[in-house]
Amino acid sequence: MTRRSYLDCVNAAMREEMERDPSVFLMGEDVSFNFMGSTKGLAEQFGSARVRNTPISEAGFLGAAAGAAMVGMRPIVDMMIAPFLYPAFDQLVSIIAKSTYLYGGQTHIPVVIRAAMFYGIGTAAQHSDRPIATVMTIPGLKVVVPASPSDAKGLIKTAIRDNDPVVVFEDRSFWGVSEDVPDEEYLIPFGQAAIRQTGTDVTIVGIAGGVTAALRAGERLRARGVSAEVIDPRTLVPLDLGAILRSVAKTGRLVVVDICHDTCSVASHIAALVAERGFDSLRGPIIRVTTPQIPIPFSPALERPLFPSADRVEEAVVKLIGG
Amino acid sequence: MSDTELGLLVECLRRMYRIRIFDTTLSQRDDLPSVGHMSVGMEASIVGACMALEPGDYMVGTHRSHGHPIGKGADIRPLAAELLGKKTGVNQGKGGSMHLSDFGVGSLGETSIVGSGLPVATGAALGIAMKGEARVCLCFFGDGAANEGTFHESLNLASIWRLPVVYVCENNQYGELTAHTDACAVRRISDRAAGYSMPGETVDGMDLTAVYSAVSRAAERARDGHGPSLVETDTYRFFGHAGGADRDELYRTRAEVDRWRERDPIGLLRARLLSAGMSEPDLDAIEAAERERVDQAWEFALASPLPDAQDAYLHVFADPIPLT
Repeated sequence: MTRRSYLDCVNAAMREEMERDPSVFLMGEDVSFNFMGSTKGLAEQFGSARVRNTPISEAGFLGAAAGAAMVGMRPIVDMMIAPFLYPAFDQLVSIIAKSTYLYGGQTHIPVVIRAAMFYGIGTAAQHSDRPIATVMTIPGLKVVVPASPSDAKGLIKTAIRDNDPVVVFEDRSFWGVSEDVPDEEYLIPFGQAAIRQTGTDVTIVGIAGGVTAALRAGERLRARGVSAEVIDPRTLVPLDLGAILRSVAKTGRLVVVDICHDTCSVASHIAALVAERGFDSLRGPIIRVTTPQIPIPFSPALERPLFPSADRVEEAVVKLIGG
Repeated sequence: MSDTELGLLVECLRRMYRIRIFDTTLSQRDDLPSVGHMSVGMEASIVGACMALEPGDYMVGTHRSHGHPIGKGADIRPLAAELLGKKTGVNQGKGGSMHLSDFGVGSLGETSIVGSGLPVATGAALGIAMKGEARVCLCFFGDGAANEGTFHESLNLASIWRLPVVYVCENNQYGELTAHTDACAVRRISDRAAGYSMPGETVDGMDLTAVYSAVSRAAERARDGHGPSLVETDTYRFFGHAGGADRDELYRTRAEVDRWRERDPIGLLRARLLSAGMSEPDLDAIEAAERERVDQAWEFALASPLPDAQDAYLHVFADPIPLT
């Protein structure tokens, strides 16, 4: 085991897969400069053809990834931050997500799209998006939300080997987090949730940065004599609904902590599925802790209270159990 | 004219008739699940460009999608079956009229969001370049797509990376119903090539040999590692924007359509072949053979089974996952 940061693990995943498979390459704005901290040394090792800087032409280079994939390449596209997907959205939705289906399986689109999420750091409404749920609504895309350094490495390696388009949302709040990571090679399969803390009184599902709030709340609740089970789904498409239902069958209560905006959030989706398929297990309403349905403001005084926090999760659980 | 040249032109005429008869008979059918966008009038532009390629080259098309795979050499039976929504369709009934393809002949799909195929073709050329292959990718798009951002982003990318792609703008004078001259700040779309440091030329899109020559030069340049080119073909669709019914009265005059029909690309190529020594019966026999081929394609399509309703759940992913 070696202590590694989240960004180092993202880097290691790409490096190992590029060493293993010459069809894997990385492109995006300023990737050779390691501007965002995940591409250190890659340009030096693999050269400018495989660590390819692009112009600021999101639709052009994201669509180009699809075309390259159709002829046998396995592109990794670094979108820099998630809202930069919007200028390229037609390519994401109409081409990348649909080509396997539209052409009856004649082609596959093994493209990995990495999108960092900045929020809570004063980047205001156009730079603070967390469009995880938006992307989940598009059939044909797999969606991954690594919430720890070791998961980032194992899930991104799996994403690169997957034959379908995979969108990886990398929450900036994890970038500086370090933990012991296995030295030997490993992959983490899609569709397997991680039980991050076991408990018997309430199930708390955390999405991306929501895992942090869920775990902190879980510790505080333990001090109050409440046993919380914290689940990180790790991949949202496919979703390990079975793990959530099994936990709810044990605890009878569900809180979903999601950094997305409230309407049609990941939390809304999970809540609906559990209400449909786990209703008999529930001893109270499902509570969603999300971001209110307003644009993200600039001033820290305005922005900070909006995102899910340990305080808000703890409050939700206390209300659920006490009520 | 050498035998090789003559043989090439005859094969071009065959494919042009194939497109003409395929789309004309399609427009007369009343059993289609939805309307089609026909290429009648644009056959020289399609076939001239496709025949300038090698069989291993790639091609990306547009929403007006029947002619391009035919031009690239696709078997038309699975194309016909696709248009009737049959299981034997080239896309197994998933794509229909605006999304024909045939990856087996390098036809990497046609796309129905105007301009969305340009980045895909550019990316296919990127893949070719990264693998060090000698292929090129042909990218068809219309005059309407030249006003989309993807046109500009794609030409810029291809130029800075010197990608082996040939952009062929089929300027059929109208984006749906709006005239090119009302929608575009330049009369000649090929003028825009200069903004991306690549050669650009406009050719007579009704003249098969003019298109073939221009695209051949561009493909050779691409194959030799000198990067992309833009070829604009001045052409016309004899049918309306979509479906068999014409709404000409909304946006164009009968006189204008008649003027373009006088320069029917098939008529022009027939005249050339006659002057090269072929006879009217020779050429009629080519037309009759293609009519027979198209008739057989529709028979195949009609006789084919519909997909099972459960097939809707296939091909969502290459590595399938359970739906929640």
